[in-house]
Amino acid sequence: MSERRLADLLAMWRIRAFEEKVRDLRAEGTIVGSVHLCVGQEAVPVGACDALEPHDALFATYRGHGWALARGVPAQALFAELAGRASGVNGGRGGSAYFTAAEYGFHGENSIVGAGAPIACGAALAGRHDGSNRVAVSVFGDGAMNQGAVHEAMNFAAAFCLPVVFVCENNRYSELTPIADMVRNQRLADRAAAYGMPGHRVDGNDVEAVRFHVRDALEAAREGGGPTLLECMTERLVGHYIGDAETYRQPGELERIARREPIARLREGLLADGVPAADLDAVERGARAEMASAAERALAAPLADPATAREHLYA
Amino acid sequence: MPELSYGEAVNAALHRLMEELPETLVYGEDVALPGGVFGVTRGLRKRYGDRVFDTPISESAILGSAVGAAMFGRRPIVEIMWADFSLVALDQIVNQAANVRYVSGGRLRAPLTIRTQQGNAPGACAQHSQCLEALFLHVPGLRVCMPSTPQDAYDLLVTAVHADDPVLVVENRTLYFGPKEPVTTDGPVRPMGGARTRRTGSDVTLVTWGAMTHRVLAAAEALARDGVEAEVLETPWLNPFDTEAVIESARRTRRLAVVHEANVTGGFGAEVVARVAGAGVALAAPPIRIGAPDVRMPAAPVLAQALIPDAARIIEDVKGLIAGAR
Ligand SMILES: Cc1ncc(C[n+]2csc(CCOP(=O)(O)OP(=O)(O)O)c2C)c(N)n1
Repeated sequence: MSERRLADLLAMWRIRAFEEKVRDLRAEGTIVGSVHLCVGQEAVPVGACDALEPHDALFATYRGHGWALARGVPAQALFAELAGRASGVNGGRGGSAYFTAAEYGFHGENSIVGAGAPIACGAALAGRHDGSNRVAVSVFGDGAMNQGAVHEAMNFAAAFCLPVVFVCENNRYSELTPIADMVRNQRLADRAAAYGMPGHRVDGNDVEAVRFHVRDALEAAREGGGPTLLECMTERLVGHYIGDAETYRQPGELERIARREPIARLREGLLADGVPAADLDAVERGARAEMASAAERALAAPLADPATAREHLYA
Repeated sequence: MPELSYGEAVNAALHRLMEELPETLVYGEDVALPGGVFGVTRGLRKRYGDRVFDTPISESAILGSAVGAAMFGRRPIVEIMWADFSLVALDQIVNQAANVRYVSGGRLRAPLTIRTQQGNAPGACAQHSQCLEALFLHVPGLRVCMPSTPQDAYDLLVTAVHADDPVLVVENRTLYFGPKEPVTTDGPVRPMGGARTRRTGSDVTLVTWGAMTHRVLAAAEALARDGVEAEVLETPWLNPFDTEAVIESARRTRRLAVVHEANVTGGFGAEVVARVAGAGVALAAPPIRIGAPDVRMPAAPVLAQALIPDAARIIEDVKGLIAGAR
């Protein structure tokens, strides 16, 4: 049991170390443009991806670095993509907000809020015809719950009993605006009932709880039970994007949410179970070393070749 | 006369409009309490209370409600944070807003203003880089403008909001934090349309709009050093478009290049060329269009730079145009 929890800790540390490295590279200008980190939200991708089969399809948002890593996309290829290298996972075409790595069952980030949900329905629909028993997972934020495309996708999936798991990462903010100001019923999982599908609010900072609920939803989907909506309650410990001044935060808010964050929490649990602190520190060190070296190797590669900028438009 | 950046000029115009037209409403994602992701709507909420508000991330509802509110006497100014996001609610713009006046035989109207911004900035992803003006210009019933200076950012927005039709004001985020310039903020509401002669010259007419204007001007200065005098006509209003000004200039210089950031096929540059050709202007060389090639926009800055025309490419193409004429 503590072995799996150590593996969870490592998986979460890998994401955090990746994101912190990205933050540094963005600050020094090696990475440019808008970057949305998932620091604090690591338990959701780690718990969810653990339960996925290789042929399942995952659709994420621009806050998707953690999902790509949890799905097994190599960190080096992601760093290379962020820094516009030819060796990047999309050869520099995707960038931070639009990673795609189909060979890892990672069918893309998306930087149009809510746009991935209908596409996930299509991946599930295709699975009905190709005999793969594929489940599609659509990940989006709380703010995306107010997008027409998401409402349409949920009804579509429910009406046709499609194997889709809708994972809402409720970090309480849409960019700079609290979700509490934008909806009357703040229990977003309640909306599932209106579509006739199960909906659960999940402690999204508890990797085990996420794993449990995603597993359940995947199983139901595979057995013909149709879609599920999981509202994973979590917090981002950083701004909406790198550079966000976070003026919308309440005084003391960051300190408060830092106490609930998934890595510190799992670490405390493991300590309480008698795992030596030195072992836990080693996990963190290992993850940081891995990411430092992945970044270094990625940055040693040449920039994308401008002469190739028009390639890959058509078959 | 206050010195304002482009973004501050938009803000100043919004303040004036809120004062001058009590029926205005300002809303959109993150525009009220946070003051907009680019700070352009700062201070409005504090000053005008619930006439300024944040919305859910629901572009269809934002635009559709603006159509409805406009039919009922309000004058909504809504922000679509990136032009790319307007595409999720195209129905409300194209099928709804643009039809209101026409189909009702003029009995209804939809005086709403959509403020948005578009274009590529280094590192922007493929879904945050598109130049979509041609798409909207294909829709009769919509007015479209693209200011590039603080003064025009101010004037065009004031004009747009005073207009009794749906108007799309397409700003550019690479301009918001640009240099401050003196801006006349208490002038009369200017009529829609009109071109700006940003530079005079006798060898070639360069027609352009939006953020590309600055690159075209830089190219024109460099061309002058090589003995080519380019006339630069900026057309901040694309509908209504000042066709006459373009024709008049092209007639004089006898050479025409249209330069835009959007990709070439189906771009508004084609329309400009067609209008000049249709007017029978005798040109000394076939007109050219300079724009991005027909390709998606990549995230990596080196790839994007290879596609979007810069001053060097404009200079080269214009020299080619002139050489071809000999
Ligand atoms: C259709 C659309 N509208 C607006 C935006 C601008 N935008 C980018 S992220 C964001 C907030 C999304 O919030 P949420 O869905 O809660 O996800 P989070 O960023 O919290 O992960 C907004 C409004 C966009 N990218 N796409």
